[in-house]
Amino acid sequence: MDAVHLKRQLITFTEQLFREGFLDEQFNQLQQLQDENNPNFVVEVVSLFFQDTERLLDELSKALDQANLDFKKVDGHVHQLKGSSSSIGAQRVQRTCIIFRNYCNEKNVQACLKCLQVVKHEFALLKSKMETLFNLEQQILAAGGPPSI
Amino acid sequence: MAAAGAVLRQKLPGNMDICGRSGKGSPEFHVLAVDDSLVDRKVIEKLLRSLSCKVTVVESGSRALQFLGLEGEDSSVGFDALPVNLIMTDYSMPGMTGYELLKKIKGSSAFREIPVVIMSSERILARINRCLEEGAEEFLSKPVKLSDVERLTRYLLRGEADQVSEFRKRKLPKTCDFEFSFPSSPLSNDSDSSSSSRSSSPLPKRCKSV
Repeated sequence: MDAVHLKRQLITFTEQLFREGFLDEQFNQLQQLQDENNPNFVVEVVSLFFQDTERLLDELSKALDQANLDFKKVDGHVHQLKGSSSSIGAQRVQRTCIIFRNYCNEKNVQACLKCLQVVKHEFALLKSKMETLFNLEQQILAAGGPPSI
Repeated sequence: MAAAGAVLRQKLPGNMDICGRSGKGSPEFHVLAVDDSLVDRKVIEKLLRSLSCKVTVVESGSRALQFLGLEGEDSSVGFDALPVNLIMTDYSMPGMTGYELLKKIKGSSAFREIPVVIMSSERILARINRCLEEGAEEFLSKPVKLSDVERLTRYLLRGEADQVSEFRKRKLPKTCDFEFSFPSSPLSNDSDSSSSSRSSSPLPKRCKSV
């Protein structure tokens, strides 16, 4: 496929991500910061986010598995995840975290466990979408097209 | 449409070199950024670098104090190190909060003149007031945008010392002119701040005198 077609695909795909709430305006901010000096900035930040989230989800699973659940600890992790997802524009993950925190406040174990499942799911979805997006960008570069303008 | 902007994003205008001053040998604007979040550190660093600021990023309040030479035996700064022109710190950090860091800086004769900006994802009025009363120049809502940092560095650079002392002279009014609604229940703190951070009109970040 040539660069033009790939470009069109990328645009459509990105529009969809915004429409479906996976990404928000903060993601635009990150793209604006990318330049010739830092051509991989967005990929780097998003990759950092993925790593960090995997760590946090792990911590959350452990914390929620404890006999004497420390809600403050759980809330602390969710707060961190909320923050980092907001910083990269991962809107759906961020919104799930907000609900999650409310349940932590209420000390509702079952609801928290459910939220953990939802946030894991949302994260997996986002990760897959972002990988597709970055893949498309790579293909465009390989096809000789310029990276996202 | 936001999506179009995502792909056809605009390049920063050529004159965005706010922090680096023209002329040889002119000092650059040096910002010390403090945040426990790996992702946020990367973003704030890029934001500041894109405005040609010199940036030092640290992960905690105690690291920040070490860097400034206020804590620990090893004064990493040394005599030739570039002086810090601005400190931007996250509020919620394990160990020392941004507020506690602010107090330490304002309590130090060597560094109290350095403007300190607090960043937080939670817009809690009592927290904001506390920080401003303690001498913070501004309270920025996260996620921090390029326009926030650009505005900040612009007014801090322009007139510098005078500007800084002007802000500090301002007393906080009893009521603040903030455009966000108080949470209806203790549980809805987050949802309020989240929804308002997505509003189309920018919320005033600093408490304005009425």
